[in-house]
Amino acid sequence: MTTAEKYVTAAYCVVFAVVLVYVLIMALKLQRLEREVDELAGRAPEEDEEETPREPARVG
Amino acid sequence: MSSAAATIRAVGRVSRIPLPVLAVASLVLVTTALAFVFFVAPNDANQGFSQRIFYFHVSIAITAYACFAGGAWQALRHLWKRDPRADLASYVCVHQGLIFGTLVLLTGSIWAKISWGRWWLWSEDQLVLFLVLFLFYCAYFMLRFSIDPGPQRANLSAVYALFGVVLIPVSFAAIRLAKNLIHPVVFTLHGPNFGGWILVTYCIAQIALLVLAYTLYRLELGGKRLDARLRRLREAFA
Repeated sequence: MTTAEKYVTAAYCVVFAVVLVYVLIMALKLQRLEREVDELAGRAPEEDEEETPREPARVG
Repeated sequence: MSSAAATIRAVGRVSRIPLPVLAVASLVLVTTALAFVFFVAPNDANQGFSQRIFYFHVSIAITAYACFAGGAWQALRHLWKRDPRADLASYVCVHQGLIFGTLVLLTGSIWAKISWGRWWLWSEDQLVLFLVLFLFYCAYFMLRFSIDPGPQRANLSAVYALFGVVLIPVSFAAIRLAKNLIHPVVFTLHGPNFGGWILVTYCIAQIALLVLAYTLYRLELGGKRLDARLRRLREAFA
C-alpha cells in the first residue's frame, strides 16, 4: 500500500467512523426514549387503578 | 411565484418519504459512490490516487453549506411565521452542518498532508474562512444552551443562524478571491473544471451525501420531537 493509498483510506475511514458514532448516539437516544415511553405507559394504568370506582348511575 | 409554490410542494412531498426508505436509499447511494470512487474514477493526472479524497471532501463541504442554509431558512420561517416546529428544525440543521463541517476539516487536513505536506496552512484563505464558519456555528450552541428554553432562546438562535448564512458565500468565494491558488478551484463560472467519469463520480457522491444528510436530519428531528412530547407528558403526569 502506498502512502497516498493509506491517507485516502484513512480519510474515508474517518468519514465512516464519524457517521457510525453519530448513528450509534442516535440509536442510544432512541432506546432511552423507548424506555421512558414504557415507563410512562406503565404508570398510566396504575393511576387509573388509584381512581375511586364510580357507582353505576341510576336511570329513570 | 408558481415556481416557488412548486418548490414548496416538492419539499412537502420529500418530507413525506418514510425514514426507512431514506435509510435504504442512503446506504445504496453511498455504497455506489464508494464503488465509483475506488473502481471507476480514473487517477488524476497531477495528484494521482490521493485526488480520490476530493469526491467526498467537496461533497461533504457542499452538504455542510446546504445544512447551514437549511438552518437559516428554518430560522427565517420561525421569525416570519412563528412556526414552533421551525426552531427545532433550524437547530437540527445547524447540528448536521457542524457534523459535516467537522468531516470537511478532517478530510481536508488529510488531503493537505498528502498534497502540501502540512496538516493545516494558516496562509490559505479558504481553510481559515471555513474554520471561522465552523467556529461561528460552534458558538451557536454556546448561545442556545446559555439561555433557558422558551421564545427568547428560539428568537436569538434564529437571528444568529440567519447571520451565519452570510459567511457561506464568503467561504465559497474565498478560493476564487485568494491570490495564492494552492487550494484547487473545481467550480468556475463556466461550470466544473472536470468531466467524464470524474464528473459522474462526483455527482453520485454529492447526491449520496445530500440524501445521507437529509436522512440523518429526519432521524435526529424525529428523536428531538419525540423527546419534547415525552417531556410534556412527564410534566402532565407529575
